[in-house]
Amino acid sequence: MTIEIKTATLEPVRNTYAHIERRFGDKPATRYQEATYDVQSEKYFHYRPLWQPEKELNDPSRTAIKMKDWYDFKDPRQFYYGAYVQQRAKMQEVAENNYAFFEKRNLMACLPDGMEAKIIKYLIPLRHLEQGANLNNMYACSYGYGTAITQACLYNGMDRLGIAQYLSRIGLIIDGNTGDSLAEAKQAWMNDAIWQGIRAAVEKMIITEDWFEVLVAQDVVLDCLMHELFYVQFDQWLQDNGAQDIGMLTEFMQVWAKDNNRWIDATLKIAAAESAENKALLETWVSDWKQVISEALSPLAVEMLGSDALALAESALDKRLMKAGLFK
Amino acid sequence: MAKKLNIKDKYRLLTRDLDWEFSYVDRKDAFPFEEFEGIKITDWSKWEDPFRLTMDSYWKYQAEKEKKLYAIFDAFSQNNGHLNVSDPRYVNALKLFLTGVSPLEYQAYQGFAHVGRQFGGVGARVACQMQAIDELRHVQTQIHAMSHYNKFFDGFQDYSHMHDRVWYLSVPKSFFNDARAAGPFEFMVAIGFSFEYVLTNLLFVPFMSGAAHNGDMATVTFGFSAQSDEARHMTLGLEVIKFLLEQHEDNVPIVQKWIDKWFWRGTRLLTIVAMMMDYMLPNKVMSWKEAWEVYFEEAGGSLFKDLARYGIKMPKYAETIEKEKEHVSHQAWWIFYTHGHAAGFHTWIPSDEELDWLSEKYPDTFDKYYRPRWELAKEMEAKGERFYTKALPQLCTTCQIPMGFTEMDDPTQVCYRDSVYNGDRYHFCSDGCKDIFDDEPEKYVQSWLPVHQIFQGNCGGPDVENVLSDFYRMNLGEDNMDMKGSPDEKRWKQWKGVA
Repeated sequence: MTIEIKTATLEPVRNTYAHIERRFGDKPATRYQEATYDVQSEKYFHYRPLWQPEKELNDPSRTAIKMKDWYDFKDPRQFYYGAYVQQRAKMQEVAENNYAFFEKRNLMACLPDGMEAKIIKYLIPLRHLEQGANLNNMYACSYGYGTAITQACLYNGMDRLGIAQYLSRIGLIIDGNTGDSLAEAKQAWMNDAIWQGIRAAVEKMIITEDWFEVLVAQDVVLDCLMHELFYVQFDQWLQDNGAQDIGMLTEFMQVWAKDNNRWIDATLKIAAAESAENKALLETWVSDWKQVISEALSPLAVEMLGSDALALAESALDKRLMKAGLFK
Repeated sequence: MAKKLNIKDKYRLLTRDLDWEFSYVDRKDAFPFEEFEGIKITDWSKWEDPFRLTMDSYWKYQAEKEKKLYAIFDAFSQNNGHLNVSDPRYVNALKLFLTGVSPLEYQAYQGFAHVGRQFGGVGARVACQMQAIDELRHVQTQIHAMSHYNKFFDGFQDYSHMHDRVWYLSVPKSFFNDARAAGPFEFMVAIGFSFEYVLTNLLFVPFMSGAAHNGDMATVTFGFSAQSDEARHMTLGLEVIKFLLEQHEDNVPIVQKWIDKWFWRGTRLLTIVAMMMDYMLPNKVMSWKEAWEVYFEEAGGSLFKDLARYGIKMPKYAETIEKEKEHVSHQAWWIFYTHGHAAGFHTWIPSDEELDWLSEKYPDTFDKYYRPRWELAKEMEAKGERFYTKALPQLCTTCQIPMGFTEMDDPTQVCYRDSVYNGDRYHFCSDGCKDIFDDEPEKYVQSWLPVHQIFQGNCGGPDVENVLSDFYRMNLGEDNMDMKGSPDEKRWKQWKGVA
């Protein structure tokens, strides 16, 4: 049995906004569609930016990637603001419980000897790398074109700030809220030889001009290799060495990467499928940055995990690139 | 054991300490726009975080707000909430909002994302990034709030296309284009301070209060939901101004010039709010004049008293503006009434009760200068000769409003100013707009003035009708013309079962 409440039915004049109707037909639209498509101003800008007079305010030529329609970059997660914050709020609730439980049971004290030092040396410095990722995604957000891709870059940028803050909290748990472990990890990031390669690569990425190249370097190449090394292989090492509880503090990053990969993989695939020129360009960027980043990560990977680690991470990257239609 | 951290230090570690000194590239290449405006930043670490919100808290609080907001939107549309508005004329204020204001939220998102990447100080950067994502929230929730109205009323459907093209929408569009085209510090003074801090109570609040007074549950719920975001934005705007003024004394005259410019630009933009409050709201909140007195003269006055210790003075032309509050709403609605065939919303003659309300609220000017016009319009309408002007208006090169404002000491004389630049003559509605042009003519000669563009043949044609229907994509006879006899009015009567 179903019950049916009688409501007054009024016939609408139209189902959705006209630009949505032009794209998807005269039918009710999703909230993602109405919040995303054609929201950005396209034409008839009044003034050239003083800070870049050769471009319009919104200008697709800030990257060498060319798209007939920049709204092809549909986010498979269909994140508009409301969907995004509600999804992340669920993740943070789990993280909050994990952190609270970890602290309540004082699980840091249960770690084997010497483990804290390894976490400070290998995991906590990533907070600076995440800060770089924040800058790079904000760059793609602000120089990118069309609401579809720029809003996703903004969400990514804010996520990276959040992740940097979770990593910092791991440090604060270790040092009992003095900040000493963060200072030590920052020293490693600034001076330790194993971190200098990747710090140099991040700094270089931050001054790279083409925003789509920045997206490829950061969100495709670096993020994949970093995730494989730190959140897959180092995570496994922690488990194998009696420090599996740390996994409670990095669960957010694990779940986040799965979620984010859906978007960045789709983005890469769409850009590559658009034209042979795009594909060739993406392959060049991927190859160049893969070389730079692999070399940079090598001493870190060897010291942290041994000599096979980086090759394993690279093969994971290659698989994803193949799936996105590159190098075939 | 070392001392534990207080909240302020903890927040510093969770944001400011994430940054590092670059060793492998020149930091100036990463943040290249910090110097060209002449602003001197000696020490970014002196930046005081205006609010201390970590991302986990941000997600949590904002998600709670979104959940409640969308529950109301769903209930509103399920129950045909549009039937509860005070009068169908009210919906035209929403059309003006969606076509004129929501796209500005989008530009604010873009502008704050830009400075949220470009500022060298991580504290300022993070605060701007949070405002960027808030502004994206606002444009998207506004689109969703209006989505239901769009299904039942004309004039909402092509808001984005219209914002890029329509003559009066170039006023708000060019305002934000101007700020975004400026350097990062001018953007912050323009939008963060002048707009969000000084003038927000005169833009955002009147629309939301209008919704509250006119039975518009969807919009007013958005307004309440956005209130805490706006409060954060205001504290950021104030911190920016204090930071710039405290960093170096050479910043003071630059900041003063920007305040003068953006205050004037802002008041011109607020003309649409003035007219909305006085003419478009069937249930009035307060008159524009009263709003101006409360929110600018009193609140703004005490703000500028506070800023006096830095050497900042009241914005230039504040005295002219004080006189304008008696006139601008009447002059603006008259422009729209007479150009009602070319507007994307409906216009109308105020009812007799409304005319009396205006007489009461504007005892020194309304009966003397403006009521007679409406009495004439009423006579003409009664004879079946509802007046529409045939001419296209001349636009001010700076604010892009039709040149219909008068000399404030002589409301019968239209105000004309002009400047010659590179052999061409440019026209302005006021001394304020002329000053802005004269200071940066190379910027304002680029203005995409809609009427010039029509005459140059860049907007289709040959007739105005073709421009409206083909280039603006207005549905003629539906979106435009008088409220009387409009499809909006007919449908409303059907829904309400009145003849």
